[in-house]
Amino acid sequence: MQLSGLIITLIFTFISLFILALALPSARVNSRRSALSFLVPFSAFCVFAFATPSTEQVISLWESNSLPFNISFKYDGLAKLFSLLITGIGTLIFLYASAYMKNTKYTQRLLSFLLLFMGAMLGVVLSDNLLVLFLFWELTSISSFFLIGFKNEDDASQKSALQALSITGLGGLAMLGGFILIGEMAQTYSISQMLSHTDLILEHPWFVPALLLILLGAFTKSAQFPFHFWLPGAMKAPTPVSAYLHSATMVKAGVYLLARLNPIFSQSELWFILLTSFGGLTMLYAAFQSLYKTDMKAILAYTTVSALGVMVFLIGMGGEQAIVAVSLFILVHALYKAAFFMLAGTIDHETGTRDIRKLSGLGKSLPILFGIGMLAAWSNGGIPPSIGFVGKDLIYESTLNFQKFSYAPYILTAISWLTNSMLFAAGLLVGYLPFRKSSAPSHPDVHKPSLMLWLPPALLATMGIVFGVFPILVEGSIVNPVATAIAGVSIKTHLVLWHGFNTVLYISLATLSAGLILYLFFQKKTPNWVTVAEKYGPRQALHGIANSFISFSAWFTKTMQNGKLRLYLLVILSVLGSLLGYVVLRETTFVIDPQKLSEITIYEGITVGILITSIFLTLFSGSRLAAVAAMGVVGYTLCIIFVFYSAPDLAMTQFTIDTLTVILFVLVLYRLPRFIRLDFSPRHILDGVVAIGIGALMSIISLEVLHRSPVREISDFYAMNSYLLAKGKNVVNVILVDFRGADTLIEIVVLSIAAIGVYSLLKLRLRKNEKME
Amino acid sequence: MNTIILKTASKYLLPLLLLFSVFILLRGHYLPGGGFVGGLVAAIAFVLHAFANGLPETQRLMRIHPGFLMPVGLAIAFLSGIFPMLFDLPFMTGMWKKDPIPVIGSLGSALFFDIGVYLVVIGSSLTILFTISETK
Amino acid sequence: MEILLAVTIGLLYAAGIFLILRRSMVRLIIGLILLGNGANLLIFLLGRISKGKPPIIPEDSKVFTDLYADPIPQALILTAIVISFGLQAYAIILVKRAYRVTKTDDLEEMITTDEL
Repeated sequence: MQLSGLIITLIFTFISLFILALALPSARVNSRRSALSFLVPFSAFCVFAFATPSTEQVISLWESNSLPFNISFKYDGLAKLFSLLITGIGTLIFLYASAYMKNTKYTQRLLSFLLLFMGAMLGVVLSDNLLVLFLFWELTSISSFFLIGFKNEDDASQKSALQALSITGLGGLAMLGGFILIGEMAQTYSISQMLSHTDLILEHPWFVPALLLILLGAFTKSAQFPFHFWLPGAMKAPTPVSAYLHSATMVKAGVYLLARLNPIFSQSELWFILLTSFGGLTMLYAAFQSLYKTDMKAILAYTTVSALGVMVFLIGMGGEQAIVAVSLFILVHALYKAAFFMLAGTIDHETGTRDIRKLSGLGKSLPILFGIGMLAAWSNGGIPPSIGFVGKDLIYESTLNFQKFSYAPYILTAISWLTNSMLFAAGLLVGYLPFRKSSAPSHPDVHKPSLMLWLPPALLATMGIVFGVFPILVEGSIVNPVATAIAGVSIKTHLVLWHGFNTVLYISLATLSAGLILYLFFQKKTPNWVTVAEKYGPRQALHGIANSFISFSAWFTKTMQNGKLRLYLLVILSVLGSLLGYVVLRETTFVIDPQKLSEITIYEGITVGILITSIFLTLFSGSRLAAVAAMGVVGYTLCIIFVFYSAPDLAMTQFTIDTLTVILFVLVLYRLPRFIRLDFSPRHILDGVVAIGIGALMSIISLEVLHRSPVREISDFYAMNSYLLAKGKNVVNVILVDFRGADTLIEIVVLSIAAIGVYSLLKLRLRKNEKME
Repeated sequence: MNTIILKTASKYLLPLLLLFSVFILLRGHYLPGGGFVGGLVAAIAFVLHAFANGLPETQRLMRIHPGFLMPVGLAIAFLSGIFPMLFDLPFMTGMWKKDPIPVIGSLGSALFFDIGVYLVVIGSSLTILFTISETK
Repeated sequence: MEILLAVTIGLLYAAGIFLILRRSMVRLIIGLILLGNGANLLIFLLGRISKGKPPIIPEDSKVFTDLYADPIPQALILTAIVISFGLQAYAIILVKRAYRVTKTDDLEEMITTDEL
């Protein structure tokens, strides 16, 4: 299929996904019909399967000249693999979920969130613009939040959902910062254009912070140590969700991002160090943890974290073999892990428990599930002829041939060997232990699962074997294009199941035997230091930070927001005064040019004298009436000053308003108590210092401004055009009703609002405690 | 404040002050004055009357609640802004009648806008003051 | 004269601020009014003061022939005066209403909004 055809289908798919996601919860669809919704992802899957990926072509939907926000997509090998996983496994999950959630409320809601997620996830893997990618990335976090908290009455679900959202959300925020830095460095937000500016980015001084921020986003999303703990918590979601979001697709978004940016960053030494160390630590730690869990989903969650660590580790190592290994491993892991999850879900659905201590002898009553479990464990352990065997071989090959530093092959191979052995043992715990022959089967006459509860995992598990026997099926169509996209250079490899007897095979055999030994002899008793590590681990650190933040805000609110107006004002005024003072005192020249000043006549002197006297009277009068009267005099003298200095309109307005204000005061005042008489106290001094300080600043500012030359362009425009354009000769009035008429219109609206406010405040029906008067 | 002098004076002052306020309003475009000052003078005229004769008397004289003047004034001001739009001109474009009229000068949309301001100012200040004197 | 007015502006500001920091609500409102007057006078002074030259075009001409006072500060202040009347009225009524509920005009005693 041509890419132009793909783009149309793409738009159609996106739109229909979102509309369906929006429409579903309101429509009362019965479960049989809601099962049909699998057709949406399925048709998208078909489109993606037949579309030919291209590393060159960028499909642009919308471009802007001014914004760095070009909505453009790219369908290369990496995008193809992820699109197929999202839609393919999505189809199966839809079928599975309709059966799994049959008798629960809100099945439609679940499906609609899944659709929303699917659209967002497709957006992440197809976007060629970093900012658009970020938008979709956040959308996946949000839909994941809704899905984890799907059992919204459950306290633990809410907590886990919030925890996942805060971790991935914080990481996403950091990542956005990194994206902007890198976008500014490269002068573009298009990923494909960045590839040609690699030098520009690598040599930029911002390179290290940008890299760290982006890694923070990728590591939180893909649950790398020490951010891993949200993923096991996310297992509170219904099992179909865990299978889909938290193992096969969403958590791989971080890995996807690393793979996508690998061509840009892979030259950097820091990239190698960080990815291999965090990936290596995560894969070891999580694999070890998984062995101590008893809940099937918890085991699977930790093995998922571990597998994600393996992927990060491989991308960090770089080199052709590691890249091919990770390309294949993403596919292999999605196949067997989704199968495992659905298996756990079906067992839970039929027996009512997921605790491996309470399950035994299911092989007889549920033979189909036993088969699925074995197939998945096969692929997981890398036993021939599964595709997992091919994948494991590639991993060992790449670690053995790694020559960056001395002893590197030994160290890296040892880490991988340990991790793989533990993962194999954990796989057996889920895929074999519940079905193992037992003298006292836990659920001898359990109900047989319906078709849709076993067919989807069976398909996935079988594919793991089919691909292993015929690796040619995925070699040209998936692994080579993906590896090419990750490496940034063309890679053509040939996958074979059987390499003959060589070192790699011996290591594989050692892995299997070590895994078997672990499985057989491992004690389920959690050692002390693991408990301690959990207790003082990163999750507790996060809780501690959150709690101390809460208590800090409580303290801050209590101190700063104590309800005393005076304190608020004092803080605001002091800050204002010091900022203003800093600027003013730095810039002021303190030069007064007597030439520019006008002289003082006797009338003006008397007027200002009265003004100043009344200010002091207002300040220090003990009687309310005297204070108000003095305040009125202040207004009237101002009015006289306006008369002196050519402002007749102002004088008239000030006069009338001042009169009305005094009337208003007198009407209200005599119903209020007298002034509180307080003795002179230190706070008077503090208030006085602040007041005099700001007053002095205002005086200095006004004198300083007078010293500079006035700007009168606007005034001159109004004055010149007052009659010519507006046929009025009183310029002030013309400005009010014509030039700036819209402002006046709003002003009279405000005035009306104030009047309505007064009216309603007074006419408001009195409450009980007011009627007591 | 029920003095005979004030009572008698206010009887003559009210119409006089109101006339004066209209005069101030109309000449505003050419000389000091305008809707704001005019409205305030008119408001003071009514307040003075209320002081002398008691609020009920003033309210009886006014017939309508002063609050009604606010929407009326706002509507006039707004319509004077809308009017030019009938002629495909932007909102609040000034428009004038060709021949000038004595005292007012050119009759234009700005005058109607000022009348709107005048009414709103009377309405809101009287609403405030009357409400306060009514409630104990 | 400008120096005298600048000092007056400073005094109005200082007095206004001192009053809004007091405990009595009536003083708070008087302080607000003084602050408003100070701000108006500041704007007026910044537009430069001149005597006997109102911004009104002479009767017999269509444009200014002589110097004229800056009309923009005047238009701004006129607006401010009218608006501050609305604000003051609202503040005064708020004080009155609050007093009827709490029986005090001491701001230190009104520290929770829930009582209102």
